[in-house]
Amino acid sequence: MSATELRTIFERPALLADRSTHYCPGCGHGVVQRLIAEVLGELELGPRTIAVAPVGCAVFAYQDLMVDFVEAPHGRAPAVATGIRRVRPEAFVLTYQGDGDLAAIGTAEIIHAAARGERITAIFVNNGVYGMTGGQMAPTTLLGQRTTSTPAGRERIGTGSPLRMTELLAQIPGVAFAARGSVVDAAAIGRTRGYIERACRAQLNGAGFSIVEVIANCPVGWGLTPVDSLAWLRDRVLPEFPVGLLADRTGPPG
Amino acid sequence: MTTDGRVLMKGNVAIAEAAIRAGCNAYFGYPITPQAEILEWMARRMPEEGRVFVQAESEIAAISMALGAAATGARVLVSSSSPGISLMAEAMSYLAGDELPLVLVNVMRGGPGLGSIGPSQADYFQATKGHGHGDYRIPVLAPGSIPEATELVPLAFEIAERYRTPVFVLADGIMGQAMEAITPAYRMPPRTEAPWAVTGARDRAPRVVKSLHLLPEDLERHNLHLAAKAAEISRREVRWEADGTEGAELVVVAYGTAARVARSAVEQVRADGLRVGLFRPITLWPFPSAELRQATANAAGVLVVEMSLGQMVEDVRLALEGRLPVAFHGRTGGMVPSPAEVAGEIRSLARATRVAADAAWGADPTGLIELQDEADVVTDEQGADPDPLSLVEEGAWWLHEHAGVAR
Repeated sequence: MSATELRTIFERPALLADRSTHYCPGCGHGVVQRLIAEVLGELELGPRTIAVAPVGCAVFAYQDLMVDFVEAPHGRAPAVATGIRRVRPEAFVLTYQGDGDLAAIGTAEIIHAAARGERITAIFVNNGVYGMTGGQMAPTTLLGQRTTSTPAGRERIGTGSPLRMTELLAQIPGVAFAARGSVVDAAAIGRTRGYIERACRAQLNGAGFSIVEVIANCPVGWGLTPVDSLAWLRDRVLPEFPVGLLADRTGPPG
Repeated sequence: MTTDGRVLMKGNVAIAEAAIRAGCNAYFGYPITPQAEILEWMARRMPEEGRVFVQAESEIAAISMALGAAATGARVLVSSSSPGISLMAEAMSYLAGDELPLVLVNVMRGGPGLGSIGPSQADYFQATKGHGHGDYRIPVLAPGSIPEATELVPLAFEIAERYRTPVFVLADGIMGQAMEAITPAYRMPPRTEAPWAVTGARDRAPRVVKSLHLLPEDLERHNLHLAAKAAEISRREVRWEADGTEGAELVVVAYGTAARVARSAVEQVRADGLRVGLFRPITLWPFPSAELRQATANAAGVLVVEMSLGQMVEDVRLALEGRLPVAFHGRTGGMVPSPAEVAGEIRSLARATRVAADAAWGADPTGLIELQDEADVVTDEQGADPDPLSLVEEGAWWLHEHAGVAR
């Protein structure tokens, strides 16, 4: 090997569109979408994938991931994915949902898709606010957190405490795999990538429903710089939403 | 099965089986009276055929599942009844924006709200003018009998796929629950290519099925495209039935079960020598406006009969453009007009229009404005309209229209 020969050690995944994302500077969505593109590429799932992008910032996933997409009404992605999965058993079906979508307006759809053991994979990006509409309270907003719709901060009684959807889902027998990761730093991102891969494999093995929640930052919605938003994520959000494996029923039935 | 090959079938079952025979790949539903038998039939039959059946957690989820399945190019049926259809309004708007073919059956019951489980036609506005938000129209087919329902279900799939649009089949609780000995008109429409369907981007660029067009310029272009399709549907897909309208002095306009009642009434009054026609729209959208104008060319008046307080009557008036007086008779809340009731309306209207046509200025036409008590017929003794021109005046007609329901 000559000293001048170049070797590729990092590149854009083939399934990630060659364009700037629609997202705000510092937003976690871009990182999560890159991880999905990497994993789908590695598992050679691109040509088999039909993904579902519902309302909210998540909808723009169809511009960034080079796979077939269906846009879902707000919260309905797991139902839309169910319809796709049932008529296309050979497809790999993915939903890409935010926290307003999955944990508020789409609570029924995600719970029942999980209850049916629907062989779909949900990637759940939780950044604690409604980003697209300007940073209102989400079901995952922290207690005391000020948002444009909780100007005095969120309260346990009245505006409610943060919902831990993935813990809730993890107890359902139809759920094959459930885990929570984050985009707080390189190590966390690597770990999240591992969860996404395991969730995809759970679907491929026909083990049931799988979900990976990814705790992400929304600098604009939180009113912080990208750097400060990651510090806030580490210090404030992760203690409320600890990362880790929550359910793994992918093994042979006991 | 009868000796002549007819089968005794419940309307709901006939509709469900017609969809199966039409090649429906997937059904998604949620139990609601009076259409639960469609869901139950599908639960048993679809797995037998190796096809998809899912009982969803809500009507919202059912039609969202259907949206996903339809996006892959599958032939999909969804059914519900009025309150459930309201919940499906969201996805209907998306389906229209996405240009996805799908057939949705509404076996209408009484509303508003939870209403009653009696048969109704109170969702005409919802089906023809609304359901979801936004600027779009979708075809609405209204069977007049159970055999015709088995004909219209495959036609609905055909229209849905030809124009890439959701299609409504608008039935009512009687059509769903009644049993008839029928010769089903099962038919399997040929499959068409779906070069838009999401099937996995193998050896081609990724496809996106969506209704989001962030730039108003783009959305306007898209909506104009939808409107062009709607115009084509209006030109090519209008369906109706006209029975004895030629030379009729009065034409009764009704659809679905109300048309069956009206037919009995028309037969009764024809026996009395009245020249009365029956015009039955089969497509409620596109509404057979030109055909209705033609069918009423020689008529002196029109009576619209509905199982509602008057919804289709507005389209009849739009079609006739004030050329003719249009009276209305309806029952609401799950009640059904009787043939005798409608026959009485026809008789009194025939008298009134004749008097109006013949009378000199200031003459005394028969009672147009009296509320009915026990009698089905407004009698001469019950009151008189002092002005024959009041036939086309708002107030007198309002009273006349409501006479039939204020009982």
